[in-house]
Order: sequence, then structure tokens, then C-alpha cells
Amino acid sequence: MFKPSTTSSALRAIPSSSRTIASSSLLIRSFHATSSASLATPSENKPAQTKEFKIYRWNPDTPSEKPKLQSYKVDLSQCGPMMLDALIKIKNELDPTLTFRRSCREGICGSCAMNIDGVNTLACLCRIDKDVKKPSKVYPLPHMYIVKDLVPDLTLFYKQYKSIEPFLKNDNPPAQGEFLQTQEDRKKLDGMYECILCACCSTSCPSYWWNQDQYLGPAVLMQAYRWMADSRDSYGAERKEKMQNTMSLYRCHTIFNCSRTCPKGLNPALAIAKMKLEMATE
Amino acid sequence: MSASLVRQSLFRAVAKPSMLRASAPGLMLAQKRFASTENMTPAENIAYLNSQRQHRPNSPHATIYQPQVTSVLSIANRVTGVALSGALYAGALAYLLHPVFPIIDSAHLISLISDLPTWVKGGLKFLFAVPFTFHTFNGIRHLSWDVGKGLTIKGVYATGYAVMAATAVSSVYLAFFV
Repeated sequence: MFKPSTTSSALRAIPSSSRTIASSSLLIRSFHATSSASLATPSENKPAQTKEFKIYRWNPDTPSEKPKLQSYKVDLSQCGPMMLDALIKIKNELDPTLTFRRSCREGICGSCAMNIDGVNTLACLCRIDKDVKKPSKVYPLPHMYIVKDLVPDLTLFYKQYKSIEPFLKNDNPPAQGEFLQTQEDRKKLDGMYECILCACCSTSCPSYWWNQDQYLGPAVLMQAYRWMADSRDSYGAERKEKMQNTMSLYRCHTIFNCSRTCPKGLNPALAIAKMKLEMATE
Repeated sequence: MSASLVRQSLFRAVAKPSMLRASAPGLMLAQKRFASTENMTPAENIAYLNSQRQHRPNSPHATIYQPQVTSVLSIANRVTGVALSGALYAGALAYLLHPVFPIIDSAHLISLISDLPTWVKGGLKFLFAVPFTFHTFNGIRHLSWDVGKGLTIKGVYATGYAVMAATAVSSVYLAFFV
């Protein structure tokens, strides 16, 4: 566990004006997310397009300070096209203390989920709005406890995922070989198994904001239905029985913020509606 | 920007970045370390984590999330439902009191309202017609979802705009032409 020593808190106290940072640029090198020296050098004769980014900041080492929006100016002509490129550029060149999760930079890991210009999405799949007059606002996923800056605490989200037993349960496995499935049965899983659990949908859901201690939320419910819908799983009835209460499933009021925001284009609201329909009619 | 310029010029002045890294052992000895780690026992670890957890802020939600057809119509459905049932309860309970307050019995109310100018009557009716028609049409939309129809983003937006249009037309009709 990383515990900041007094010297590192002193570093965090450095105001992030570019002059101060410039004078300590050697120091900053060790904090780089990506070694910028290994990146392709952008052409230098493009006209500057300076855009303002307002980013949510909160530091656990100074917990009495309230969260605030910090402003950074980035020249878009010297920056990649995606929001994540801008964030990495800011971390490399302007303020190494800016903290966010990122990994694959191609929308498959789900690490860089955040709220960009009012909508939850993956920073790596979200293009920077080229309108330089309008500042872009970047917040962490809504209504989550914040570990630092853009990093939310997803402990509860993962616990909820674990609670639906997201794995194949079947007491009568085939005598030899693998479970077989018709092509039609396999098709029922399309649009559900692709979920990367980035939590964009769950944290866009007002029901989940107000009741996340008991309501499972769209991402977890879609995975719950993904196992109910699997012809190889024999615990469908038990899985449905676990949803028979007022909170786990039925806090879904078909708002559709989840499907609207999903960066992978999936439809959790459809899966939840199918689950409700099956539970009402079977 | 200036930070990168300074760094680049530093690199140029000293050596290529790759050479810099190749000669790292010597440099690292000279370099001060500004962050360090401390060994902690598991118990200290948990205590430190919990002390941080106590202070974690909740990230902003309703105030920063973009209003969308999906969420706006949903909250409008809730608000109109509460307003309509509230008006029904208030009206029904008030009617029980008409022996005490003769001003609110039917005959008095009819004469009171018939004396109002037409635009006030129309406006009042419009105020009741909007939540009533909206809640009715949106209720039909919800029923169609409950039987599994229109559960796509395209369907949600199409039916959402249809509900808004139907609400506008029928409210104006009910308020000013009936």
C-alpha cells in the first residue's frame, strides 16, 4: 500500500501553474503515464487550437479540501483525437498529480469510464469536441465514492456482480465432452456477453444513484439475465427467485439512461425488461 | 506546453532520451526520490484505508448529468403522477368540507368559474390537461415496454417524441376547444 511520505505531500502541494511545473520537469519525468519521448512527434506547423478542460479534482491526502474543478488548456493540434489522449497529455505535460484509470485505450478494458460533458462514457472511445470555445467538463462516474480525482471506488459494484453468481451452474454436466447449445440458444446471449463491466450504465441510472445499497443496477442485472438466458445453465429458477423482492430488480423504472449511455452499444434495459416479463409470465 | 519544451531542450542538451535511459544507473544515484513507500502491517494497512474511506466524497450526479429524453420524461411521469393524485386527494377532501365552507360547494364553484374570463378558464384547464394527458400517453408507453415492445433506443426516442407531441395537441384541444 502506497503511503505518501512528507516529501511526496510537499510535491502535491505544488501549484500546477505551468511555470512551476516546467522548472521541475526532470522531477516530473518519473511520474509520466507514458514516456512522451517514445511517442511520434506531432508536426509543429499546425495552427494552435487551445481548448479548456475542466477536470474534477479531489485529493485524499488533503481530505478537508472540497472537490473542485481544475482548468487545463491543451493545444488540440498537438494532441490525439480522443479524450484519453488529452488526459494523458495533461498528466504528462501539465500536472502529473492528475489521477485516472486507463489501460487498453481501445474500449475493451473499461478502466477509463468517466462522465464527459454530462454523459458517462469511456474516455478512450470519446472524441474531443473540436469546438474550442466550449470547455469540456470531466467528472468521475456519478454518485460514487471517490478514491482520488477521476477514480471511483467500485468495490460495491464488484460485490454486486459477485452476488449474482456470474458463472455456469449445472448439476448434470454431459457425460463426456462439452455442453452443447443450438445456434438459436447461443444467439440469445448476443448483446449481453460483450459487457465489459465499465459501470457507465449503472452510474447513469438515477435509481442506482438513490438505492445502490440494495438495487443491483443495469450492468449487474444484465449479467444476471445473461446466465438466466443461457440454455446450458440449470439454475434459472433459483436465479429468478433471488430477484423476487422489491429492491434487487424492481427498482428499475425503465428510464433507459443505461442503454443511452452504454459505450459498447448494448441494451441493459432490454435485458431487464425481458427478465421482468419472464418472471411475471412463467 | 512549456514543460515539454524545457524537457526537450534538456534532452537535447544532455543526450538522446535513449542514451539517458542507458546511463540510468549513474543518473539514478544523482536523482533525488520525491516519492517513497513505507512498509505497513496488514492491520495498519486496513486502518489507513478506512481512515481514507471515511473522508471520500460522493461524486456529483443529478446536477452534472446531461438531461436526456430518457430521464426527463421519466421524472416528468413521476412528477405528473404525484401532482394528479395530489390534486385528486386535495379536491376530494376539500369537497367533504363543503357543509362547513359553503363557498366550495358545487353551485358556488360553478357560478364562480363561469364568471371568469375565457382565457383564465382555458389556462386553468390547460394546467390540468398537460399532466393528465402526458401521464396517460406515457402510461401507454410504459405498458408497451412491459409487454416487450419498443425496447430499443430508437423506439424509446420515437415514442418519447410521440408522447410529447400527443400531449401538446391534446392539451390544447382539451383546454380551448372543449
